[in-house]
Amino acid sequence: MSGRKLFAHELEARLDQLLLLSLRQRSPKEPAARLEVLPRAMQERVLHWVAVAAQGSNDLGWLLASLAAEHAAGLGAQLGAQLDDWARAGLEAYDHGGLDAARNVLGEYAAAHENRSPRSREAVSFAAMEGRLSCFLQALDGRPLKLASGARAWTDSETLWLPERLDVAPDAAGNCRLYKLMAAMLWAQARFGSFNTDPEPELELWPDRERALDWFAVFEAMRLEACIAVDLPGLAREIAVLRGPWPEALEAAAARLGQPGASAADSLACMAELRKVGAGETPVLPHVGAMDPLAARRVRAARIARDTAVLRRALKVLAALDSKSGAQGDSQYAPLAAEGDFQIGDPQADLVVLPPDAREAAKSLQQDLGEVPRAALHPAGPGTWQPVAGGGEEPVVADSAARPDALYDEWDYRRGAMRRGWCHLYESEGQAGEQEWVDAVRLRHAHLIRSIRRRFESLRGEDKPQRRQFDGEEIDLDAQVDARADRKSGGEPSPRLFIHRRRIERSLAVMFMVDMSGSTKGWVNDAERESLVLLCEAIEALGDSYAIYGFSGWTRTRCDIYRIKRFGDRYDAGTRSRIAGIEARDYTRMGGAVRHLSGLLHKQNARHKLLVTLSDGRPDDHGDEYRGRYGIEDTRRALLEAREKGIRSYCVTIDRHGADYLPQLYGPAHYSVIDDAKKLPQKIAEIYRKLTG
Amino acid sequence: MSVSRSPGQLDVRPDVSTFATPLVRPAAEPYYHAVGDECEVFAAAAGSCLPVMLKGPTGCGKTRFVEHMAWRLQRPLVTVACHDDLTTADLVGRYLIVGDETVWMDGPLTAAVRAGAICYLDEIVEARKDTTVVIHPLTDSRRALPVEKRGEYVEAPPDFMLVISYNPGYQSVLKEMKPSTRQRFVALDFDYPEAAVEARIVAHEGGVDEATAQKLVKLGGLTRKLKGAGLDEGAGTRLLVHAAQLVARGMAPATACTAAIARPLADEPDTRNALDDLISAVF
Ligand SMILES: Nc1ncnc2c1ncn2[C@@H]1O[C@H](COP(=O)(O)OP(=O)(O)O)[C@@H](O)[C@H]1O
Ligand SMILES: [Mg+2]
Repeated sequence: MSGRKLFAHELEARLDQLLLLSLRQRSPKEPAARLEVLPRAMQERVLHWVAVAAQGSNDLGWLLASLAAEHAAGLGAQLGAQLDDWARAGLEAYDHGGLDAARNVLGEYAAAHENRSPRSREAVSFAAMEGRLSCFLQALDGRPLKLASGARAWTDSETLWLPERLDVAPDAAGNCRLYKLMAAMLWAQARFGSFNTDPEPELELWPDRERALDWFAVFEAMRLEACIAVDLPGLAREIAVLRGPWPEALEAAAARLGQPGASAADSLACMAELRKVGAGETPVLPHVGAMDPLAARRVRAARIARDTAVLRRALKVLAALDSKSGAQGDSQYAPLAAEGDFQIGDPQADLVVLPPDAREAAKSLQQDLGEVPRAALHPAGPGTWQPVAGGGEEPVVADSAARPDALYDEWDYRRGAMRRGWCHLYESEGQAGEQEWVDAVRLRHAHLIRSIRRRFESLRGEDKPQRRQFDGEEIDLDAQVDARADRKSGGEPSPRLFIHRRRIERSLAVMFMVDMSGSTKGWVNDAERESLVLLCEAIEALGDSYAIYGFSGWTRTRCDIYRIKRFGDRYDAGTRSRIAGIEARDYTRMGGAVRHLSGLLHKQNARHKLLVTLSDGRPDDHGDEYRGRYGIEDTRRALLEAREKGIRSYCVTIDRHGADYLPQLYGPAHYSVIDDAKKLPQKIAEIYRKLTG
Repeated sequence: MSVSRSPGQLDVRPDVSTFATPLVRPAAEPYYHAVGDECEVFAAAAGSCLPVMLKGPTGCGKTRFVEHMAWRLQRPLVTVACHDDLTTADLVGRYLIVGDETVWMDGPLTAAVRAGAICYLDEIVEARKDTTVVIHPLTDSRRALPVEKRGEYVEAPPDFMLVISYNPGYQSVLKEMKPSTRQRFVALDFDYPEAAVEARIVAHEGGVDEATAQKLVKLGGLTRKLKGAGLDEGAGTRLLVHAAQLVARGMAPATACTAAIARPLADEPDTRNALDDLISAVF
C-alpha cells in the first residue's frame, strides 16, 4: 500500500461510506481524527477490518473503528500483525457472544498490549499458531482432533482447547514451544487413554475436587511423557527440559508411571497413595492443561456407541454381501481397502475389507478401549441404535406451486439402487449483492491479484514457442538443420521451418460448485466469495472457460441451484455482484447438485472438463438420512457418474475435520483441505494452477 | 555402473558418438528390496514380451526396480526422463549435419529397440501427447518402431522391453494418461514399503544404523499423513535416503532432515514450521 496517509476528512468519508454513519446519527469525526496519526498502510488495515466487521453488523464495524481509533497509538504503530490479531479476536468474540463479548475482548486485548512490559511483547497468539499446530497434530497418530481456543488448555478427547495467547516464556520462540508442548500433552491424553478409566471413585475421596484433578493431571503428565518418548523422543526431551526435574518426593511415582504398560489406573493408584499421606500443592507445570474427566468421558461414551454402531452396521452389510454373492472381492470398497494401516489385535479377516468409515471406527474403538470389543464385531440386527435420528417421512418443504426444473435420481446404498426422480431441483439466478464488496476485495488483494495475473499470463502459453510451423515470427534452427540434412540425404525436406508464438488452446472448461449451505455462514462464506473473485481474476488471465453455480438444499424436494456465472457469461459487473450476493442458506444435499452441474459441464465443447467444489464439509441435509453415510454414498455415486462422462472432480474444503471422507469421494489426489478459511483466498489460485498446469 | 556400447549393433561414428544413447549395463547388482511379487511379475512380462507400467508416488523405488530387473535379466537399460518439450524426434532420432555430410543418429527409443534393451520412459505423462503416440506400435502385437525419416521399420527383438512410470497422485487434469495408452501395459503398483522394510532400505542406502533409519522412516510416515493437508505428497523413500546420507557424513539428524526432507517438501510457513516440529519430535 503506497501513498501519503489519509487526512481526517478523507478517513471520515471512508468510514461514513463503510458504516453509513450519517444514517445513524453517528459522527466519524473523532475516530477519524485519531486515526490520522497512523501511517497509510495501518490506516488501510483499520479500514479493511472495519469493512469486514461491517459485513457482520454495522454496530460491530463502528465498535471496531472507535476502539481502533482509541488505541491507535498503542496498537497500530508497531506491528500490522498485532492489529490483525486484535481485530480477529474481536470478530471471533462477536461470532460467539455478540457485541458485548466483542467489546470486552477488544478492550482487554488492547489494554493488555498497551501497558506491555518488554517481556510480554514476545507473546504469541493462538491465531498465529493455529495453522502450524493443526498441521503438526494432523501428522501425529490417532484419531483426528479439532483445535480451538478457549480460556484454558484442556481436551474432551475430540477437541483441544488452547489459550488465546501465551506470554509465559520470555521470548516468542519459547511461547511457540509452549503452545506445541501443551498441544502435544493434550493429544497424548486422547491418544494414550487418559480417559479410559473412570477416575470418579478416586476423585470422590478427595475433599477438594479441583486439587484432585490437578494431581490427576500431574500424574498423567508423567505417564504420558513416557508414552510420547517411545516414538517421539525429541518431543519428550523438550518436555523434560521445560518442566525441569521432578520434585524428589515425586520421583518414585514418575518412575513407576514411566513403565511401559502403565495406564491411567496407575495414575489413580498414585493419587490414592498421595491422598493417604496428604497431598500438598502440585508442582507448577506450564505445559500441563486442566482435566475435565466428566466431560471427556461423556464424549468418549457417545463416541464408543457411535463407532460400535458404525462398525456393526458395516459388518452387517458385509455379511449380507457374503451370503448373497459369495464374492467378497467385488465390493465397491475394494480399491479403498488396500490403503491405510489398519491394525487390529484380533485380525478378523472381515475387518480388512471394511469401508473406511468403519475402519476408522474400529481404530477409534481400539484407542478408546484398548481393543475392539467383541460386541462390536457382531453384525447389527434390525432395530439397533442409529447415530442419526431418522425414520418417518421427511417434511415436504417445496411450495407446491412451483414445478422443479429437473428431477434427479438419488443413490440409496442400502438398497443398492437408485431412487428414481427423487431429488427435485430448482435453478434460479443468484441474487445480486453489493458491487462495492467486490471492489473492496479487489482493492484489498490488489497486490495478490497482480502477482496471480502475472503468473497466470505466463502459464497461458502465449509465450510458448510452437516449433516447426509453416509460418512464424522466427526461424526454427533445428527444423532448418533437419531440412538441410533431409535434402542432403535425398529425403523430402519438411517445409515447417518457423517458430510461431501462438496461444496454445488449453481447451479446458471448469465448473465451480459453491456450497451455500447454512454451515458456511460467516468466515467460510466470506472466504468462498473472496476466493471466487481471485479465481475469476486468475482464470480471466488464463482464458479458460468457466462457470460458477451455488447450491443449497432443504430436503429432497427443494434442491436449489443458483446461477452466478454461466459459461457464456462474462466476468462483468453483473457477475461480480452475484458473487457478492452469495450467501449461506440451507443444507448440503450434494448429489443432485453434482448431477445437475456436471450435466451442464458435459455440454461444453472442451477437451478437459473439471468440476471443482468449494465446500466446508460433508454432504448433509435437514433431518433425514442424507446426513450420514447415505449422503456420502450418493455424492460419491454422482461423482462417479460425472467421471463416466469424462468429467474430473476436485474438491477444495475448508474444514479439515470433515476431511476423512474426502479420499472416498474424490480419490486420494483430488482434494485439498484448507484448515483455515481465511487462508483460502491466498491459496485458491495456486491450487487452480497446480490442478490445471 | 559402467557404460558400454554393444559393438556391431550400434555402429556410431566416433566423431558423433557423444550424441549416441548410452546403453547402461550395471556391473554389480543394483540393490533392490522386493516388497511383493513385483520381480516375478516383471520377469514374466519380460518373458512374454509385454510392456510394463509402474505406478506410484515419487521416490518409492520405481527407477531402482527397473535397474535391478535389467541386471537380473541381463539386458542393457536406456532411461529417458520425460518432459513437456520431448518431441518424437528426441525419442526416435534425427539427422545431424557433420561437416558437409548428414549423419543419422538413433534416438534413445530406436537405440533401445535395436539393441534389445529395456527402455524406461520415466514420468511418461510429462511428455507431450503426440509424443506418447510413437510408443503405440511398440506396445501391441506389431512390436515395431516406424522411423519415418529413414523410411525404416525397426522390428523389436524379443529382448526389447518398454517400461513406463506414472505417478497417479499427480493433480493436473491435463496430465492424465489416456485409456488407449494405459491399456497396453501390465501394471505394477508401487507404494512406500512398510516401515520395517523401508528402514532396512534407508539403512542400506544411506549408510546409517538401524535406529536412525527407523526414526527417519517414522518421520516419513508422519509427513505422509499430511498429504492433501499442507503437502502435495509426503516424503518418499528417496528423501529419507538423502537425509540418511547426510547423517552418515556426520550431520546432526535434525539438520539433515530439515535440509533433505522438510525444505524440499514445503514452502508454506505453517507447514514448514510443523515439519520442523515433527523433526524435532522424532529425534
Ligand atoms: N524397494 C527398494 N529397494 C531399494 N532401494 C529403494 C527401494 N525403494 C526406494 N529405494 C531407494 O529410494 C531411492 C529412490 O527411488 P527411485 O527408484 O529413484 O524412486 P522413483 O523412481 O519411484 O521415483 C532409490 O535410490 C533407493 O535408494
Ligand atoms: Mg524415478
